[in-house]
Amino acid sequence: MAVNVHIWWIGADAADDRLMDAIRDWITRVFRVQARLYRHPDRPADAFDPRRGQHSSTTILKWLVGREQPGHRTLAITDADLFISVLTFVYGEAQLGGPAAVVSTARLAVEQENRHDPAVVTDRVVKECIHELGHTFGLLHCDTPGCVMTRSVNLIEVDAKRVTLCGLCDARYRELRQKDGHHE
Amino acid sequence: MSKERTRILVVDDEEIVRESLSGWLAKDGYTLATAHDGPTALLMLRQGPWSILLVDLKMPGMDGLQVLEAVKQIQPDVAVVIMTAYATVETAVEAMKSGAYDYLVKPFDPEELSLMMVKIVAQQQLVRENVLLRKVLKRDYHFRDMVSKNPGMHRMFDLARSAARSQSTILLLGESGTGKELLARAMHAESPRHEAPFVAVSCAALTETLLESELFGHEKGSFTGAVARRKGRFESAHGGTLFLDEIGDIAPKLQLDLLRVLEERKFFRVGGSDPVDVDVRIIAATNRDLKKAVADGQFREDLYYRLNVIPIVLPPLRDRREDIPLLVDHFLEHLSVETDRKIEGVSADAVALLMRHDWPGNVRELRNVLERGMVVAKGSVIQPDDLGLMPSGLRAEPFDTSLTLDEVERRHITAVLQHAGGNVTQAARTLAIDRVTLYNKIKKYGLRRGDDDAFGAN
Repeated sequence: MAVNVHIWWIGADAADDRLMDAIRDWITRVFRVQARLYRHPDRPADAFDPRRGQHSSTTILKWLVGREQPGHRTLAITDADLFISVLTFVYGEAQLGGPAAVVSTARLAVEQENRHDPAVVTDRVVKECIHELGHTFGLLHCDTPGCVMTRSVNLIEVDAKRVTLCGLCDARYRELRQKDGHHE
Repeated sequence: MSKERTRILVVDDEEIVRESLSGWLAKDGYTLATAHDGPTALLMLRQGPWSILLVDLKMPGMDGLQVLEAVKQIQPDVAVVIMTAYATVETAVEAMKSGAYDYLVKPFDPEELSLMMVKIVAQQQLVRENVLLRKVLKRDYHFRDMVSKNPGMHRMFDLARSAARSQSTILLLGESGTGKELLARAMHAESPRHEAPFVAVSCAALTETLLESELFGHEKGSFTGAVARRKGRFESAHGGTLFLDEIGDIAPKLQLDLLRVLEERKFFRVGGSDPVDVDVRIIAATNRDLKKAVADGQFREDLYYRLNVIPIVLPPLRDRREDIPLLVDHFLEHLSVETDRKIEGVSADAVALLMRHDWPGNVRELRNVLERGMVVAKGSVIQPDDLGLMPSGLRAEPFDTSLTLDEVERRHITAVLQHAGGNVTQAARTLAIDRVTLYNKIKKYGLRRGDDDAFGAN
């Protein structure tokens, strides 16, 4: 059975179509799944925390799971700055082996060492989308330099990794997919 | 240490903190658990080892500092990180004074948390490696290093531990490779004599004359080559423990000499006329059926009863197969430190093969097989083929007619020893030669018999 990934822009501003297309194309290429852009006006209403001035990624994930369609994975992308309760911010969050993930463009669009090229931002967002979606397939963080599943806690680390899975993670991904009864 | 072996416990009264923090760290591959208050955390600490505790400072009932204090009593090595939403210099100082590894102010920067975890894990890894290397260097074995989940083994450990604290002579009975010397070393470490020497002698490795001189020492000029007075093993072990391995193989005259030492606590050096007083605790070991040897007239009955004060039987590995996966993990961890080779584990097929094998050489053979596996494995996981446990006939190589007779002998002895898992008695039987001859050949060709590493200790 083929896995479908719904890519859903849930930001306040309008979606950047070129960015969304790039995300879809890379997801299809890296995970060899059917990915499609999903458009719906609904937005998570109670994710904003006025005390912190940020959106709770955990609340967004719960909201996404409540709207889950069986057999689908949903990757939400937002321009809101995300946090989890103990951390100052997160680039994204995913349910390990679960149906939903969310990624924020807010801190990935920040200039780093005079890099204001939109392609750099697209590259970063795509990497974090692949990374969080990888968690939904059951992949953990990887220690192989350059692998998209390495943990990145700053932009230097995001920029240092590739968009793709390393050989070990790709083998692990195939194994996990087979366990779930999917064959490529 | 692999990441899943790093066990992190998050202690916080807020569910959202427990969930988000454990979820964030679990993606790094660590093993995570949570506790909603201090008493629950302490209960979990008593049930198993933990590497890192992330503890909230302000919790109802028992606060973070009280938890920290109690944790240090239960598991002093665990790294405790205090989390606080109300950072003051005073609380930070107090936490550090109480033995906290560090503290984090909520909400904390992901980079700060990530770096702290990496630093703690690396530091704990270094400490573990240091402890392991010290053990390897000092051959310092303790009961806590012995791994088994077999109830019979645990009863045996209990008996050995109690016996260790007595002054009685101990007789260890078990096949080669079951860990008799290791147990003897652990008993010495647990005994009131632990600060004095532990001296081991393999009685089967020496001829009668050499063994006599080895045990009792000799006076200058007592025989050709005795150019100076030499202390024997009995004197060297004064105040401590003398481990007499393969006691069932000693000649009748030495059996009588040994009986005298056990009865009178004094002996004569070879060629000497003055008795030497000695305070030594004897732990003897054999893989032979001593009762049968007594019945056959090969072993003195009076010596048998002198030695058989507290007999302890070590079961063969095939009778405790459930320990194999545990021993595999244990040896891989130790071997990776010794050989500086990183191996993640053994494949499921390889474990199945290890479980099926009969292990004539017992735990020593298992260790040797894993060492071989580590050396030949191409990837980071040991596969069945790497273990060399396939029937030897399948791996027969064409006969090489260019070899010298010595080389053929060396290779054949190596192969037989490997097949016997380092068990010299068994190898000697296969080769139809006596053990002393085999020991001489092992020495001649510089062959390694294998470490006396049987329970899983190192």
